Amino acid sequence: MTSEKVLSLNGLCKRFGSVVANDDVSLDLHRGEVLALLGENGAGKTTLMNMLFGHYMPDAGTVEVVGEDGQMQALALGHPQAALSAGIGMVHQHFTLAENLSVLDNILLGAEPLFQLRRDRSAARRKIEGIMERSGLKAPLDTRVSRLSVGERQRVEILKALYRDVRILVLDEPTAVLTPQEADALFENIGAMTGEGLSVIFISHKLREVLAFSHRIAVLRHGVKVGEIATSDADERVIARMMVGEDTAETARTPMAPGAPVLHLESLHVKGQTSRDTLHSITLTVNAHEILGIAGVSGNGQSALAGVISGLIRPDGGAVQVNGTTIAKPDPLTMIEAGVGRIPEDRHHDGIVGAMSVAENMVIERLDDPDIQSRGLLRRDAIVANADRLAKDYDVRGPGVEARARLLSGGNIQKLILARVFEQGPDLILANQPTRGLDMGAAAEVARRLLEARERGAGVVLISEDLDEVLSLSDRIMVIHDGELIEAKTRDREEIGLMMAGEVIGEMA
Amino acid sequence: MIRIEPREAPSRALTLGVPILSAVIALALAAIPLAFAGANIATAYGEMFKGVFGSMFAFSEMLTRATPLIFTGLAAALAFRAKLWNIGAEGQLYLGAMAAVAIGTGALDVPGFVLLPLIIILGCAGGAAGMAVPAYLKTRFGADEVVTTLLLNFVILIFLQMMLEGPLKDPMGLGWPQSSPILDQGMLPPLMDRMRLHSGLIIALVAAVVAQFMLARSVWGFRLRAVGENAAAARHAGIRVNRTLFSVAIVSGALAGMAGVSEVAGLKGYLTADLSPGFGYTGIVVAMLAGLNPLGVVISAVFIASVFVGADSMSRAMGVSSYLADLVVAMSLLCVLVGGFVARYRITRVKPAGAES
Repeated sequence: MTSEKVLSLNGLCKRFGSVVANDDVSLDLHRGEVLALLGENGAGKTTLMNMLFGHYMPDAGTVEVVGEDGQMQALALGHPQAALSAGIGMVHQHFTLAENLSVLDNILLGAEPLFQLRRDRSAARRKIEGIMERSGLKAPLDTRVSRLSVGERQRVEILKALYRDVRILVLDEPTAVLTPQEADALFENIGAMTGEGLSVIFISHKLREVLAFSHRIAVLRHGVKVGEIATSDADERVIARMMVGEDTAETARTPMAPGAPVLHLESLHVKGQTSRDTLHSITLTVNAHEILGIAGVSGNGQSALAGVISGLIRPDGGAVQVNGTTIAKPDPLTMIEAGVGRIPEDRHHDGIVGAMSVAENMVIERLDDPDIQSRGLLRRDAIVANADRLAKDYDVRGPGVEARARLLSGGNIQKLILARVFEQGPDLILANQPTRGLDMGAAAEVARRLLEARERGAGVVLISEDLDEVLSLSDRIMVIHDGELIEAKTRDREEIGLMMAGEVIGEMA
Repeated sequence: MIRIEPREAPSRALTLGVPILSAVIALALAAIPLAFAGANIATAYGEMFKGVFGSMFAFSEMLTRATPLIFTGLAAALAFRAKLWNIGAEGQLYLGAMAAVAIGTGALDVPGFVLLPLIIILGCAGGAAGMAVPAYLKTRFGADEVVTTLLLNFVILIFLQMMLEGPLKDPMGLGWPQSSPILDQGMLPPLMDRMRLHSGLIIALVAAVVAQFMLARSVWGFRLRAVGENAAAARHAGIRVNRTLFSVAIVSGALAGMAGVSEVAGLKGYLTADLSPGFGYTGIVVAMLAGLNPLGVVISAVFIASVFVGADSMSRAMGVSSYLADLVVAMSLLCVLVGGFVARYRITRVKPAGAES
């Protein structure tokens, strides 16, 4: 890392109507530096990056970027091509790879002219191999992307950016889908690349990795840069306070004796389309007053397990018992009626009907309830009153309960779902990735509600890729890998991480 | 370079203004072929206006034409709201008409207050049955209803010709492939003296109001909207998606069948294979123009009927082809589709990158 500036954002402002998304944000990035950009959802991180990449036109402010000659020069704002040609690349949280093409083709895709008679693939291959050599990022060039693991795909995304000779790389929540080991390896590679002069901005929610791998931390809150601190001077408390403006309450989990079983899955078997949605003879029990955490890297059968518990997937074998009663033909309605509350993984896709109102989404799971309807007609006053009350109790903020649900932010959509689920006092709660993509405030609210339900006597199945979340909330932990589930007898991050990678499962089987 | 991004909340002015503006633009565009046909544009549109609003008779003719379009428009609007693509209203219309003549031409000689409701119920049932088949194939086997409903139209049309040459053929019909006339007491009463306008219009208006009410205020409408807007979330929330789709299919088919009943028992009196000049297909245009809103269907059916009737009358007066009416309708649909896009998305011009150094 040097003191040589490569990028500087000066006084960027962006308003959307009356909402100030960014207010006078200035930020410098130096050669070879890893800058962590932290902030709650809605703090303005995405807006800032969108201005850098020309997707939004700032209301005020300038961006300067280092040119070929080493001099800082103004970046044309509002032009997506400008950032790319200035050597700024971005790796999005959601991958943008063509699954049916090889790794090499994916890297070349878009970097070469659309029409040309002959492609010089060997030169391209040599260049990529050189990049892989220097950065330590390895990917099988001739393999189809559909066969790659999530970690490999991420490496391909980064290689794609490096192939375009980026000097500044922006990573949006790069470790959201990685095992702890994969994440560590990624940061090691980033270290190697910054040694070569690459500068990195990475956006993250995970304080641990920010502290471990960045040089400098900038924190945004309500669109304003509230602090910038050298990582060596920071600790979790300091950063958390900067992000939310106050100390966050630790989630307190009082020990409780488990009660009667509320969910029992016996030798559950699901034949999926691929290994990603297959379950091999899973047995688990969740008791009242208990949170069972299911740790694992995404795509190891979590969606099949969640699908069965929420009633979306009918198992091919085995039994599902809720409160001691066997559910013969599980479907969403019978599971809801049996007392199962479900927080879906993809809250936009499965959780809400975006075109319908917030109030309607709050009652969508109990349309047969006489409080909601009488003789087939909706009781609209009751529905709105219910929504007003829930919005208040669960702090759902937005343009009002009669507005379309899709106008809510991600955190508020999740609160809507929490309100809908918890209000029914379910005996069992399935929470699938309940805090993914949420800011700290909303995530803490989810955790608090889950613990509250546990105290009330509910059992909770918490499926999460965030190991820290599983560790902090769960009474028991199981690890899912390749459609198999095993009890983790330890709370050691490293050991559970190895189990997530499938290493210990082999020995124990 | 232009960029297209969705508008989060389309404004009320846009949602109302766009269809109206689209209709105006469609009329303006239709002036081009009219000019090519050698007509004076102002006179032509004057004749067209007169053809609809020039006399009570003209106006009642337009409403008579709008009546089946309201039914088929509602059939399409309700189904499309649930993302059930019923393209088969034309066939369902004929099934409804066949059911009406099967019972109404003398098979059952009972007083009108029994016969007329029976004709209506059976006609609706006929249309519903026609849509039940594709709905079953879709929910049971995942067969694409666009294909099945569309192809069934042709099957039903051939079946109709068979019936008109066989069991339903009028023995007094001098060999023409047409059914016997519906008994007088089985006919929908006319609304005005010496006009063809009949009480099918009242039923259509009531149907539109009921559809609007059910969609917004009933649990069934709630389920329909949820399934249409996000079937995955509806299913997750415990709504039985297939059951909902099936019920929507039944209602949609029944409405299309009612269009057939209304034409045969309100207007023509007997059934021929050219009862409908494509009302089933035009109903799709009507529904799209109305933004799939049941009350909007009434307005857009009136608009499209006006274009048809007006253009017919204009072509007779001016000596230009009546195909121009079809052209205006087609242009309205295109303009509305583009207009709907403009209402939902914001289009901004972006200067090409690297324009300045």
